[in-house]
Amino acid sequence: MIAHLKSREALLMGAIIVLVSLVATRFPGFVTPSNLVAVFTDTSPLMILAIGQMVVILTRCIDLSVAANLALTGMVCAMINVAMPDLPVGVILVVSLVMGAFLGAINGILVWKLDIPPIVVTLGTMTIFRGIIFLLTEGKWINAHEMSAHFTAFPRATILGMPILGWFGIVVALIAVVAMARTKLGRSMYAVGGNPHAAVYTGINVGRTQFYAFVISGMLAGLAGYLWIARYAVAYVDIAAGFELEVVAACVIGGVSIAGGAGTIIGTLLGALFLGVVKNALPVVDISPFWQLAISGAAIIIAVAFNAQSGRSKGRVILKSAEHAQ
Amino acid sequence: MSLAENTTRSIPDRLRSPLRSKVVSWETLLLGVAIGIFVFNSLASPYFLDAWNLSDATFNFTEKAMIAFAMALLIIAGEIDLSVAAIIALASTAMGVAMEMGAGTPVLVLVGLGTGLLCGAFNGALVTKLGLPSIVVTIGTMSLFRGISFIILGDGAFRGYPSDFSWFGQGYVFWVISVELVIFVILAIFFGILLHKTNFGRAVYAIGNNPTGALFSGIRVDRVKMILFLMTGLMAGLAAVCLTSRLGSTRPSIATGMELEVVTMVVLGGVNILGGSGSIPGVVIAAFVMGLVTFGLGLLNVPGIVMSIFIGLLLIGVIALPRLWAMWRKS
Repeated sequence: MIAHLKSREALLMGAIIVLVSLVATRFPGFVTPSNLVAVFTDTSPLMILAIGQMVVILTRCIDLSVAANLALTGMVCAMINVAMPDLPVGVILVVSLVMGAFLGAINGILVWKLDIPPIVVTLGTMTIFRGIIFLLTEGKWINAHEMSAHFTAFPRATILGMPILGWFGIVVALIAVVAMARTKLGRSMYAVGGNPHAAVYTGINVGRTQFYAFVISGMLAGLAGYLWIARYAVAYVDIAAGFELEVVAACVIGGVSIAGGAGTIIGTLLGALFLGVVKNALPVVDISPFWQLAISGAAIIIAVAFNAQSGRSKGRVILKSAEHAQ
Repeated sequence: MSLAENTTRSIPDRLRSPLRSKVVSWETLLLGVAIGIFVFNSLASPYFLDAWNLSDATFNFTEKAMIAFAMALLIIAGEIDLSVAAIIALASTAMGVAMEMGAGTPVLVLVGLGTGLLCGAFNGALVTKLGLPSIVVTIGTMSLFRGISFIILGDGAFRGYPSDFSWFGQGYVFWVISVELVIFVILAIFFGILLHKTNFGRAVYAIGNNPTGALFSGIRVDRVKMILFLMTGLMAGLAAVCLTSRLGSTRPSIATGMELEVVTMVVLGGVNILGGSGSIPGVVIAAFVMGLVTFGLGLLNVPGIVMSIFIGLLLIGVIALPRLWAMWRKS
């Protein structure tokens, strides 16, 4: 299994390199370091959200509310900034993390305590969160000139040649890699997804682990919310609409099993990067950006079909165990 | 693997609960809610109790309900199709392309239904032939189908459908009874008989309760699922015909988010989201409830996005309340 996942990541890495070099043969400007950094930075919000989504999918759930959470938290950050222009960015970051985590916790509580299927919960909260943005703003936009300069400048400030937005992607990824491999919570997430019954017998609270997964996913969505709003310097109801699908796509392409329990942070990051490269390469090679939706849809289907190849013998196993039961 | 089966379908055992009476009570409750909303609306707005206004109100749910009937069977069988709204977009776009090439109304309808059927076949093949989970497959095809519409249309739109094409979405059979309402009633009867009175319907319940058990009792599980996906696709195609005819134009963003409302309608109708139980009469009443709610809120000048909060709360509340009630009774 591990060998398979490793080969999948190598394959994905290879696909990204092939894609980049194909574009580079005709447009050398695409592979200049500055442009590659720009592509990476542009993909950073997707990476952050995909890591949160992966954690949720690992525990056999799904979080379709991440984009709405991002939009709501981002809007609240922007409104706070309008009301208190001098508030330091550090406080805004804390607010975005706490608020995102709170919205994630709502999902988590409904899944944990009321045992409602995650897809129903998050489909519901997705529309509710977006509706709340409308209630807060009456559909008005918050534009660049209403936000204070340090608020919008923060994610774009560069350290060592890369914008802070890009560094956030790297830092979140590093923390996630360590946390998934080295902490009790990280390991129990794999256990819950791999075999919930066995997880219960080893003393893991399945519901609570799923709850934490939703909180983490929400927290990262909230963080991405502030970064997104500040980077584009605009906030409105429909920001990042439909982005949740791209996030799920990144996970599935990265080899995260939708049945839970299998997937790596590296794979997820590569999945996000693959989509990011496609998205940034389309305008360069002069293909209409309208292709992007169809491409990520096709990528999801191909990736799921590819993932299923490893579990091809499932049907036979079920029959065998049923025969044993007789 | 059998463990995995157990955890994904923790369905209440049919033998333990008097399901029949439960379903009946759920539907009566829902009917009570519908009547309550009706009375409230007629008191809240002087414009509500008008034959033509009420006739207009039915358009809020007829198209969604067409899909919801087929979706109910699909969910009872333990699968789901989140791509229905995207199928509408693609079918509508296909009709637009056919219209540009000079097709008449009969051809347009065939193109719409045919596109729906093809999309359903694509979903069904991925789920049954490759054994993929339907949630992910249809999340993928949801982007794919709508993506194709965007590729074809970009930010443009198709307009200028033939005038007799408008009959489906704007026509009336007699007085205030619209064509769509008649289609809705016919489909309700058809799916009600199919689910509750035929072997096929029993097979759907059996698959939803225990797919492996159904397989061993001689039900061709994959074939039944394939038919259900085809029916859902066909119904989405039909809804596309009606919606396109009613709006008179096609944009790639047509019917955005409708899959959520369809799933809400099905779940509100008492169908277990995990599969295995539910009824068509429940879905019919749920359609009326949702139609009345959105129409009533519309008369009170509540904007659409705020209504979607109600839909979202309804979706979660409908599942949460019985569970809270059960927890409260236990303690």
